This record gives sequence, structure tokens and C-alpha cells, in this order.
Amino acid sequence: MVPAPVPKHLTEGEAGLGLALLVGALLCGLASARVVDRPFAIHMSLFALAGLAGLAVILKRYEGRPALAPAQEIDGKPNYNLGPIKVACVAAMIWGIAGFLVGCIIAFQLWAPALNLGLEYTSFGRLRPLHTSAVIFAFGGNVLIGTSLYVVQRTCRARLAGDLAPWFVVLGYNLFIVIAGTGYLMGVTQSKEYAEPEWYADLWLTIVWGTYLVVFLATLWKRKEPHIFVANWFYLAFIVTIAMLHVVNNLALPVTVFGSKSYPIFSGVQDALVQWWYGHNAVGFFLTAGFLAIMYYFVPKRAERPIYSYRLSIIHFWTLIFMYIWAGPHHLHYTALPDWAQTLGMTFSIMLWMPSWGGMINGLMTLSGAWDKLRTDPVLRFMVVSLAFYGMATFEGPMMSIKAVNALSHYTDWTIGHVHSGALGWVAYISFGALYCLVPWLWNRRDLYSLKLVEWHFWISTLGIVLYISSMWVAGIMQGLMWRAYNALGFLEYSFVETVEAMQPYYLVRALGGVLFLIGALIMAYNLAMTIAGRTSAANAPLGDTLSGPAGLAPAE
Amino acid sequence: MTYESAAAFAQTSGLLYFVGIFAAACLYAFWPRNRARFDAAAHLPLIED
Repeated sequence: MVPAPVPKHLTEGEAGLGLALLVGALLCGLASARVVDRPFAIHMSLFALAGLAGLAVILKRYEGRPALAPAQEIDGKPNYNLGPIKVACVAAMIWGIAGFLVGCIIAFQLWAPALNLGLEYTSFGRLRPLHTSAVIFAFGGNVLIGTSLYVVQRTCRARLAGDLAPWFVVLGYNLFIVIAGTGYLMGVTQSKEYAEPEWYADLWLTIVWGTYLVVFLATLWKRKEPHIFVANWFYLAFIVTIAMLHVVNNLALPVTVFGSKSYPIFSGVQDALVQWWYGHNAVGFFLTAGFLAIMYYFVPKRAERPIYSYRLSIIHFWTLIFMYIWAGPHHLHYTALPDWAQTLGMTFSIMLWMPSWGGMINGLMTLSGAWDKLRTDPVLRFMVVSLAFYGMATFEGPMMSIKAVNALSHYTDWTIGHVHSGALGWVAYISFGALYCLVPWLWNRRDLYSLKLVEWHFWISTLGIVLYISSMWVAGIMQGLMWRAYNALGFLEYSFVETVEAMQPYYLVRALGGVLFLIGALIMAYNLAMTIAGRTSAANAPLGDTLSGPAGLAPAE
Repeated sequence: MTYESAAAFAQTSGLLYFVGIFAAACLYAFWPRNRARFDAAAHLPLIED
């Protein structure tokens, strides 16, 4: 018997989102006609085009799709939604290379200021936020969105909630990245560190992020697995806290709704406190909690070992999220911020050492019984080295938050070295590990194109990190000591420019370290592209049995 | 309210708040009846379907 054909209708989501995109595009198009500054006109046109493109894609997709919504399960197994995750992974790789490249350019600019080229678009002041946002929000953000949408499905054993919503999250987030990045180049900034995008970009991100939270929560809600896995708790803390931080830190009044400029509603020391409450928790929840979620899923998966102590992971989670939120004032030592608030920030920063190391130990010890895999599996090595850097950075951070240490380290390149030991060593390495795992799983490949190339990537970029952080440690401590050196008569020993001159060789070493890191990432992109293309290198080591994707073997339960 | 009394209140209540959270997290994590559930959860990433 042939089943009767089901009539095809636009779903409520398709009609609703299509209409919203159309109305939004029209409003942005109208706004772009009477704006007061050119960057705003460009951005409104970009929004309008994106809205129309979105509408076209929805209609095109409707034409091609079957009448029925995709099944939640096929043969009793969850029908996972992997499309948006694939896009996030590819976007992460592309943005990562862009972000590392811009980082190298500004590193060379510090060494040779003539490389600013005398153009406003290529000046350090504009490229620096482009670099930080590209690596943190574009690269890191896409890794977090991609892995979270993957992990939540697999550990809940349920298909991602929503049909268009996950697509809206991934594509909408990347539209925000484009708006933010092009804005920096055109000089659009509200001058808040790591929150430079202006009010209209912030509003767009709020919509996208709210949708992300709803998709994540709705997927948790329809889970088949009764227990909510610890990685999902970390992802949820990351999504909820970033929503809160983003909204509060970006409370601002635009000068006009037809222009890009706005002013924060806070001023003076209150503004500084809000900024660093946001800024440090961007570190704590974006760059830590989210990536710890990656650790709790991908390290056990790759090592084929259960989490060392699930109970420790629970204590790790609750202590980390309740302490991080207080640590921000350590960015404002010896400022107009009241002394007690500075001490409070310092105290919580020091206490944070414990949950941080608890988590690191939990991740590392997950390898117990599988340490030999470090020798043969460079992907697992990326993740384990990332945990070592996490341990280093979370020891160094509390130490630098101590006022006496901060008096030496603050405003010097030591801070830059510290940030990059966390960013390159921890965040990027755990991301590389996750992407090397995810790409073969998502595209249903048995293995990566070449594990040899992963080895090359690992050693080249590790050398790069070592050059980077050691040169910045030396430069930073030297800089701090030179600033505070007095001569016998009580005058400052060095003029400012003498300290700059002294740092020049270290800037070159740092830039070369960055270049090595970039080369590693290019090798990775090639490796992943060949993996997606379905190629297998002849030189690939016979490690197939140690790699388990969704289709691979898993130990019996 | 003087600075001293505000500080004493904040410090005392802060201490109780954080010790309370820590104790609750530990109790939940180490509660004997939860042991089997958590042991199973440690294996969650390894389950294939």
C-alpha cells in the first residue's frame, strides 16, 4: 500500500522567521537611507542583505525539503542534527586563521611601528580588537557553539531542539562577528575591552544568544538520558552567564538610532567595575567554563576512559561558577575602586586556584590507564598539553592578582604573556583537540587525513607558544622593574621610551612565536579540509583502532 | 550604618553563604545513594548509539 502523500506547508517557524527577517531587512534598509555616519550605513545595508539572504535560503530550503519534519529517531536511535555544527566547525577554522594572522601582524607592528602603514584601517588600535575578537569570539565562540550543540545532543541522546533555530544561532552569531570585525576596521567601537561592538551589534547578539539559550535548554528538556551530564552544566553556565554579562555591560544609550555611536549608562569607577566584572567573567565563563565542558566530553571520549571522578566534577562545577563571578576587581588594583573591593577580587582570585586545579587534575587523571596513548595519539596530546597550560595559567593568574605582584605585573607585557599561555595553550589547544575529533565524526570519516600532520602541528605550535610566553615573561618583568627603578637621588632611572627600546628584541621573538602558531593552524586547516574531502594520507600511522568516532568501538559498559 | 558594621555583616554573611554552597555541593556529590548514578554518568561520553 502506498501511503497518501502528505501536503507540504510552511512551518510556523519558517513563516515566522521569514517574516521577521523580511521586516528586519526592510527596517535596516530604511535606516540605511538616513544615517548620520558611513559605517552605520554600511552595517545597516549588511543587515538588510543578510535578512533578505536568510529569507531566500528559507524559501529555497522549503522547496527542497520533504513535507514531514526530520524524524526525532531513526530505528530507535536519535537522529542527530549535525548540519549547523559542521558550519560552526568550518567557521571556527577560518576565523581562527584570520585571528592568528591579525595577531601576527600587530605583533610585528609593535616591533616595527612603520608596519602600521600610516593608514587608519591598519593601525594597531583598530587591528588589536580585530585580533582579540577574532580569536576569542569568532574562533572560540564557533568552537563553543559547535561542540555544545554536539555534546548536548549526544549526552542527552536527543535530536537538537528546533528546526531553523540552531541554524539561526550559528549563522546569526557569525553575522555578529562580521558586523563587529568590519566595525573595528572602520573605527566603530565603544572602547570596552572584549566588548567593543556598538549598541546595534550588541542588540543583534542578544537576540542570537537568547535563541542559543532556548535551543540548549529545550534540547536538555527533551533528553532521553535522565542525568544531565556535567559538560552540559558547564555549557549552560557559560551560556547563561554570558547572556547576563553581555546585557549588563552593554547597557548604553545610542546618540541617535540612525548612528553607530552610543554612551554607556555607567560612568567613572562604576563603569570600570562593570567592565571588569564583564571582562574577567568573559575569561571565566567564555574561555574557561565552556572549554571545561569540552574537556569533560572530549578527553574521556578520546582516551576511551571514564571521567576520573564524577564527584570531583560536581564540586568543580559549583565552586568554579560561584567564585569566578567575584574575581573581576583584580583588574583594578591601585585604582579609584575602593580598597576593600580590590581585596575582595584578589581573595576570590586566589581561592579560584583550588577549583581550577581540581578540574585540571580531574581531566589529567582521566587518562589513568591510557597514558600510553599520549605517545601514539597527537590529538589526545593536544588536549593533555592544554590541561597542563590550564594548570599553569590558573596558577599564574591568582599569583598575579595578589596586589604586591600586581604592582609589578600590571600594565606590562607579563599580562600579555599570561593571557596567551591561557589562550594559546589552554583554549586553542583544547579547541584543536576537539576539532580534530569532531571533523571525522561529523563527516563520517574513519580517521583524520593525516596524524603525521597533527604531529607537525603540535610541535610547531608548541614551539611557538614557548617562544611567545617566555619572551613576554622576560619583557614584562623587565618592563615592570625598569618602571620602578630609582636612582640614588630618588629620580626615575629610565624614561618610558628606554623601556620600549629594551623590549624590542622580545617583541620580535614573540612575533616569530606567533608565526609558528599560525603555521601550525594552516597545517591543521589543510588536514581538516582533506579529511572532509574524504582523503586518507598514505603515510597515516595505523592508529585506526585507537580512534573511535560515533561509528567506532567503545568499551562495554 | 558605619563602614565597620557593613563590612562585618558582609564578611559574616559572605562566609556563611560560600561555606553553605560548598557544603551543599559536597553533600550532593558524596551522598552515598548518588554513587551509582555518578559512576554511571562518568561513562556517559563513552556510550555509543
